[in-house]
Amino acid sequence: MNNFPNITLEIGIYAEMLIDWLMDNFEIGFDAISFILLQILLGIESFLLWLPWWVIVGIVFALGWRLINLKTGIFFGAMIFLVGTFGGEGLYWGLMMSTLALILVAVLVSLTIGIPLGIWMAYNQRIQSIVTPILDGMQTMPSFVYLIPAMVFFGLGLVPAVFATIIYAVPPVIRLTNLAIREVSQEMIEAGQSFGSTPWQILRKIQLPQALPTIMTGVNQTTMMALAMVVIASMVGARGLGMEVLTALGRLDTARGFEAGISIVILAVIIDRLSQAATNRFKAKE
Amino acid sequence: MTTKLKVEHVSKIFGRNPKSILKKMNKDGGTKEQIEEETGHTVGVHDVSFEVEEGETFVIMGLSGSGKSTLIRCLNLLNVPTGGKIFIGDEEITAYNKSQLRKFRQDKIAMVFQHFGILTHRTVLNNVEYGLEIKGMPKSDREKVARTVIETVGLGGWEDKMPSQLSGGMQQRIGLARALATEPDILLMDEPFSALDPLIRREMQQELLDIQNKLKKTIIFITHDVNEAFKLGDRVAVMKAGKVVQIGTPEEILSNPADAYIKDFVQDIDRTKILQAKNVMFKPTAIGTIKGGIKLAIKEMKDNGISSLFILDSERKLQGIITIDDAIKANQEDKKLSDILRNDFETTDLEAYVQDLIPKATESKFPIAVVDENSKLLGIIVRVSVLSALV
Repeated sequence: MNNFPNITLEIGIYAEMLIDWLMDNFEIGFDAISFILLQILLGIESFLLWLPWWVIVGIVFALGWRLINLKTGIFFGAMIFLVGTFGGEGLYWGLMMSTLALILVAVLVSLTIGIPLGIWMAYNQRIQSIVTPILDGMQTMPSFVYLIPAMVFFGLGLVPAVFATIIYAVPPVIRLTNLAIREVSQEMIEAGQSFGSTPWQILRKIQLPQALPTIMTGVNQTTMMALAMVVIASMVGARGLGMEVLTALGRLDTARGFEAGISIVILAVIIDRLSQAATNRFKAKE
Repeated sequence: MTTKLKVEHVSKIFGRNPKSILKKMNKDGGTKEQIEEETGHTVGVHDVSFEVEEGETFVIMGLSGSGKSTLIRCLNLLNVPTGGKIFIGDEEITAYNKSQLRKFRQDKIAMVFQHFGILTHRTVLNNVEYGLEIKGMPKSDREKVARTVIETVGLGGWEDKMPSQLSGGMQQRIGLARALATEPDILLMDEPFSALDPLIRREMQQELLDIQNKLKKTIIFITHDVNEAFKLGDRVAVMKAGKVVQIGTPEEILSNPADAYIKDFVQDIDRTKILQAKNVMFKPTAIGTIKGGIKLAIKEMKDNGISSLFILDSERKLQGIITIDDAIKANQEDKKLSDILRNDFETTDLEAYVQDLIPKATESKFPIAVVDENSKLLGIIVRVSVLSALV
């Protein structure tokens, strides 16, 4: 036994109290958020599933071709087709679309929160000094931990999965937006001011366009982190490729685990390369 | 001449509590260094006053840290002065509210920056359009204006390029075009040519002089380079440690520096770049005329102890030069004055810099004739005055 003095400080209980308090007072708010998120999620998912498979393969091919090169386009198209063949009867195709919908919603919400917050941080020193440690905490906290409040607020299913994914994925886009706006050359901003621009015009015509390449890097990172969260988020009942991994794990089914794992990898590689190529487009313009 | 810009006791202090520091400074005095050491406040500019005439190029010169960039930023209120007033025409711009200030910046004043301040995400054309866009001019109109200005600054053909594809000198032309596009009354130029290499810098200075000749803007120009200041400025203000220590024309400052600091400053100046033909020429007192004939010409040369003489017609237009040897010979042979007129001398105009006269002076054996566009003789420059400007 060690000789540490026998003191018990229960900090966790305050976190629990905070969550309980939030639940008691803002339940309607959470229900509303839950409802809206679910509707968007289901809408996107059913749209993706409604699209004929070859349209999606075609889009992936076209993006790969236009953004990178023809060979990559063909390769990406083939890879996404390959995922569809797993499991039989288009099982994995459907799972992939569910996962994609989850990622899309998580990324969209992350950007709608993250970009304005990043801009606000860049403008306001106090906001930056409050938000930065929170972001540090969010990124070092084991991602499983986010599942607990997510479940408390939103129960089981897709919505807590999206919620946890957003918390996990939003820091990079906030950080990089903040950084990008701050790094816009002072002289460019002075130039804007010297012609009588309003602060809004300076943001829209100078700071945001200048910051765009760096913000795009943040979008890319946020997307990749959302993808990484997919497996973990499936623990609270989000269907998709992550759930397959989890099921395979439970049954020690190596074959199924491999198919699900490789599908996630393929999805990750394609999304990463495409969004990076898009980012480089912005950079090359300068 | 009307006063375009009036700066009255303007100060700019940076720090937590600039107003009270300024009060203390006005009461107790104290140098920039003392204030910084005692209070941690940075004194950018303290108690500066000057006036600038319409159409004048007013240069503010000083070493880095002398407050010149802070001062020029007060003139369009990028820096809001801690104390003092600034008038443009009759309007006190330091009393403007936000929307008045924006209107003022949109219509009346424009700025060119040391590192260009070009928007790298926009094409050359769209950069030049920026000020007009902010003014709310419709797309087609502002494109027309921008294209004209781009021609003026010599960037024709580069409209659709991105700034990064252009060299430093050309990027600064974008900066200049962008500033000229809004047709401002006042042009603020914050060390616009300092980041350029010397050859390009000279070219840009010349171009600015040409443009200024055409447009007659009121220009406030900042530089740390004495040669540049004296070349471009109608008047020059010398700044030191946040204060203006002397204001005057280049000649005044050069011949009568107010203190040791300015003396040091102007010591390494190349006088040949400042002095113009009109500064070193003699009034043409000894001249001959066609009508006067050879005898009078010989007498004129003998009386003045010179070996050659410029010959004018009745309208004082320069006809040629004669030498004493030719004249005496011609007089004996009964020839006419017009038979011995020679044209192998050099001419120049009033504005020519002595620097450019040096080769003419060393090559020609005759004095240089200073003439106007109608070839009327205005003055004579002898070799020794050109060469003495070198030392």
